[in-house]
Amino acid sequence: MYSDKVMDHFSNPRNVGELPDANAVGQVGNPKCGDIMKIYMRIEDDVIKDISFKTFGCGAAIATSSMATELVKGKTIKEALAMTNKAVIEALEGLPPAKIHCSVLAEQGIKSAIADYYKRQGIDPEPIVGCVCDCDHCHTAQ
Amino acid sequence: MAKFVYADNAGTTAMSKTALDAMLPYLTDYYGNPSSIYSLGRKSRAALDSAREKIASALNARPEEIFFTGGGTEADNWAIHAALEKMGKKGKHIVTSSIEHHAVGHTLAALEKNGYEVTYLPVDGNGQISLSELENAVRDDTVLVTIMMANNEIGTILPIAEIARIAKSKGALFHTDAVQAVGHIPVDVRALDADMLSLAAHKFRGPKGVGALFVKKGHAIPAFILGGGQERGRRSGTENVAGIVGMAAALEEAVQNMDGNIVKITKMRDRLIKELLKIPYSRLTGDPVNRLPGTASFVFECIEGEALVLSLDAKGVCASSGSACSSASLDPSHVLLAIGLKHEVAHGSLRLTVNEANTEDDIDYILDVLPPIISRLRDMSPLWEEKMNVRA
Repeated sequence: MYSDKVMDHFSNPRNVGELPDANAVGQVGNPKCGDIMKIYMRIEDDVIKDISFKTFGCGAAIATSSMATELVKGKTIKEALAMTNKAVIEALEGLPPAKIHCSVLAEQGIKSAIADYYKRQGIDPEPIVGCVCDCDHCHTAQ
Repeated sequence: MAKFVYADNAGTTAMSKTALDAMLPYLTDYYGNPSSIYSLGRKSRAALDSAREKIASALNARPEEIFFTGGGTEADNWAIHAALEKMGKKGKHIVTSSIEHHAVGHTLAALEKNGYEVTYLPVDGNGQISLSELENAVRDDTVLVTIMMANNEIGTILPIAEIARIAKSKGALFHTDAVQAVGHIPVDVRALDADMLSLAAHKFRGPKGVGALFVKKGHAIPAFILGGGQERGRRSGTENVAGIVGMAAALEEAVQNMDGNIVKITKMRDRLIKELLKIPYSRLTGDPVNRLPGTASFVFECIEGEALVLSLDAKGVCASSGSACSSASLDPSHVLLAIGLKHEVAHGSLRLTVNEANTEDDIDYILDVLPPIISRLRDMSPLWEEKMNVRA
């Protein structure tokens, strides 16, 4: 049911763990739904210099986290904010329909970390990042 | 060669050689239709008769009380519909438990939309219903009590004889889904005094797609599938002769070896339980005492079951989980929620089910590969990080 790419990113996740010198940390999802993603970033001059994640969730949740961090690593904030869940799905060579919400969560996770980056500087993130929803994906994005 | 351990025997089993050998002639040389009167047909008819006797004997039933079906799900569906049709005048109320297999649960849910009322008895943390609650739940208009003999996810064995007695003392019919019990623990339909009982061959090393419904003599149940009049007019369709022969051979073998198997399997199960409960924030699900011999079921906090199952698969171990992500829905299994687990804990469920085909080497291997998998998943889990921070 999973592509080889998903299995690869699940078995050998990229950028996993905490980032000690992170200056942006975002967390999305909730334990009741069965998936939580925490994204750590080190942003310098509007560029995501380093990124890592921790995820509680299924194979697809771990694989989408891994792929999303790969897709935005080294990118500007603007480029990272333009990354959609569809890009994550394409890069993973597809996801089963029941797992699409994991890719939504990954997109939200990236946005949540960037929102934190702005908040730490006293800047309201919402006009830039948009609304980072919490767990609505569980019930709407199926 | 890479190690392979099959530990999902509550899901399905590998067929026993005895069952396969018994079946093969009926897939090759003896292909006659049991309804044909020439000798080739009579050969198939004799095989069916013999299979019916063997299955009846394994359950302490009479041959005429055994109806072959296309599996456990069909037997459950038939039993429920038959009871309602037969007892229609008495009422439209059904009593069941909140941990039934979907074959029962979804059938009842569909009936609820059709004007039937269903009482779902809650269970305690071990998965046991309260007999006094059952007694209170059965009413004058209750037509059927259907409660499983043993649960497929947590291995809890329910006191079916007492449940049957209560149901029948109030004039309701009693059916039990014994799919997980038959061939694994003693099942005596006379001692249980069940009106109907479902079983499925592939859970006791028989073939898939074949099962049976026991119907106590005296209950003239209505037909479920109409056609050529097979199964005494109750379940038409040319019989799955090879499947039925394989089911009978597998059950005969399972019952003959049951005492020894229970000892061997329980030992493996108990070692899994004892060792895996040493992992912090783990717990056993289901009744610790009244438990199927082969079911070792757990929850491991802060990780998700599907990720566990995939990781075990990468090591050659087949297991299963009742986590939401293992299914199409986003809710964890109704059984795990019914025993009072919180959603986030139920997500971390793992079921290892062993049978007589497993060895102590298999257990060694599972105990070798599983703890590092759990550590790895916890290391990448933000929930685990939170838990450890709170502790420190």
